[in-house]
Amino acid sequence: MIHDIVTIWQREMIRYIRSKSRIITSLIMPILWLGVLGTAFGSTLGNVRFPGGLDYLSFIAPGILAMAILFTSIFTGISVIFDREFGFLKEILVAPVSRISIVLGKTLGGTTAAMIQGIMMLVISLLFGVHFAGEYGILFGIVGAIFVMFLIGMGLVSLGIAFASKMQNMEGFQMVMNFLVMPMFFLSGAMYPINSLPGWLKSVVYIDPLTYGVDALRHFLIGSNVTSFPLWLDLGVLVAFFSILLTIGAYLFRKI
Amino acid sequence: MAENAIETDMLVKEFNGIKAVKGINLTIEKGELFGFLGPNGAGKTTTISMLCTILKPTKGSATVWGFDITKEPDAVRKSIGIVFQDPSLDDQLTGMENLRFHARLYKVPREDIDHRIKELLNIVELSDRADDIVKTYSGGMRRRLEIARGLLHHPHVLFLDEPTLGLDPQTRRHIWTYIERLNKEQKVTILLTTHYMDEADHLCNRIAIIDHGEIVAQDSPSKLKESMGGDVISLTVAPVTDTLISILKTVQNVKDVRTIGDSLQLTVADSKKTIPLLFDAVTRCNANISSISLREPTLDDVFMKFTGHELREDKEGAKSYMMRQRTRRRIRQ
Repeated sequence: MIHDIVTIWQREMIRYIRSKSRIITSLIMPILWLGVLGTAFGSTLGNVRFPGGLDYLSFIAPGILAMAILFTSIFTGISVIFDREFGFLKEILVAPVSRISIVLGKTLGGTTAAMIQGIMMLVISLLFGVHFAGEYGILFGIVGAIFVMFLIGMGLVSLGIAFASKMQNMEGFQMVMNFLVMPMFFLSGAMYPINSLPGWLKSVVYIDPLTYGVDALRHFLIGSNVTSFPLWLDLGVLVAFFSILLTIGAYLFRKI
Repeated sequence: MAENAIETDMLVKEFNGIKAVKGINLTIEKGELFGFLGPNGAGKTTTISMLCTILKPTKGSATVWGFDITKEPDAVRKSIGIVFQDPSLDDQLTGMENLRFHARLYKVPREDIDHRIKELLNIVELSDRADDIVKTYSGGMRRRLEIARGLLHHPHVLFLDEPTLGLDPQTRRHIWTYIERLNKEQKVTILLTTHYMDEADHLCNRIAIIDHGEIVAQDSPSKLKESMGGDVISLTVAPVTDTLISILKTVQNVKDVRTIGDSLQLTVADSKKTIPLLFDAVTRCNANISSISLREPTLDDVFMKFTGHELREDKEGAKSYMMRQRTRRRIRQ
């Protein structure tokens, strides 16, 4: 079982490392958001400070990390469609390997890739002059953030696999990107504080699992005076999200 | 352990109420090189997919290497190797990585992996390209890599679904040689499907002719051809009339007369002595022969006899397959 998971994971890693263009393109969007939007809004807002004296750039940096994770995770999950389209899925499905090992290997592979993207984005944020100084200190803060990236990644790759298992062709891919990924990002509170939102918007934001991911990242990276929920609630929701999605993903994948 | 490599009992597969496979009974002995010959859509791939446990049969049962395909699918999968009709390699990985991935999934003992891969790469003549990414391989090289991969875990039974579809004649010959060697030297039982009659004729000890989901004939290629009962004579003659055809049918030794385009095709025993009789018959009908040819029967003729229609070498099929592969690669880039 573990042997099979590692084998599938390895393949995902080789594919990830080899797709240089994908690594770069999925960093460009977050960099644009951080660099252009962060800086532009930051200067418009001028002296407006978030609680704890944070500037806008530092406020959105954890949200942008979540964005990098979101893109890479969903993409890897959805890549099951590519495997199906290019025939390789048959090679895996007909092998004497349990479906659950395949799903776990794929999920862990996608999550590892997403975490690498997240860490790269963390470094890039530092270069943009973001202050990472929560109450957990730099070291524990980063370790905590990486753990959160893991939880977000597992849930989102599973979500991608669940969608891909139900889709018959590549057109579905664009649909997921437009109708799932972008709304998830916009509604996550990555770009704005959610406490002062009108009620109807707030309730939609509360349904988005990424909201809790962004909030947990803020806890670890920039401090709990800009967060909306207690850390235990964020982590609890993320664990529940990934357990449920992994189960659904594995169930739907079995029926391919 | 069962004596036969594959046994099926009234295997049926329906898709939305339409029968793709209508009750196939089949016994393939260990060590055979058996072929399914039939046009596209005859049910060959569906049958193979059931035997490989990819599809569940609607009715009937089958065993592969003694294991029941519905009750013991894992044991079946460990006993078989498959080369699918459509490409199934990861083209972002190198040839070597594709093989290693397969070896690990099929639990090839760690100490055997390296020398088995080396040996197989030699057989399929890909040793010098093993570390290149599959995307850079030609169609024939991909096919050969897939065959090597199918053999990596030393399967007892190897399924080859249209192994030479869309390949150039030289590569086809190459692949035929590998298939024959595998069967003879490694004693692998092989079941292949093809719609190329020369492929079935050249390679297989026994073939089953499949049409519309049924086996219409089953024997060795030479016996099937003998069953035609004589040679095939093509006559180009004018004018072709019903009287002419019925008179030709009464000529001694003539077993069958068919119209194909503007010529007549006759199955004739003792052909050399019969040709003069045919000339007499045609002259009696005031018709003229503009050409005549004599040949031994082919599997095409056998197919025609059992199904009433031609088994064309489906050039369209091969072309659309190549197009599909090409689009796939394009999407990728």
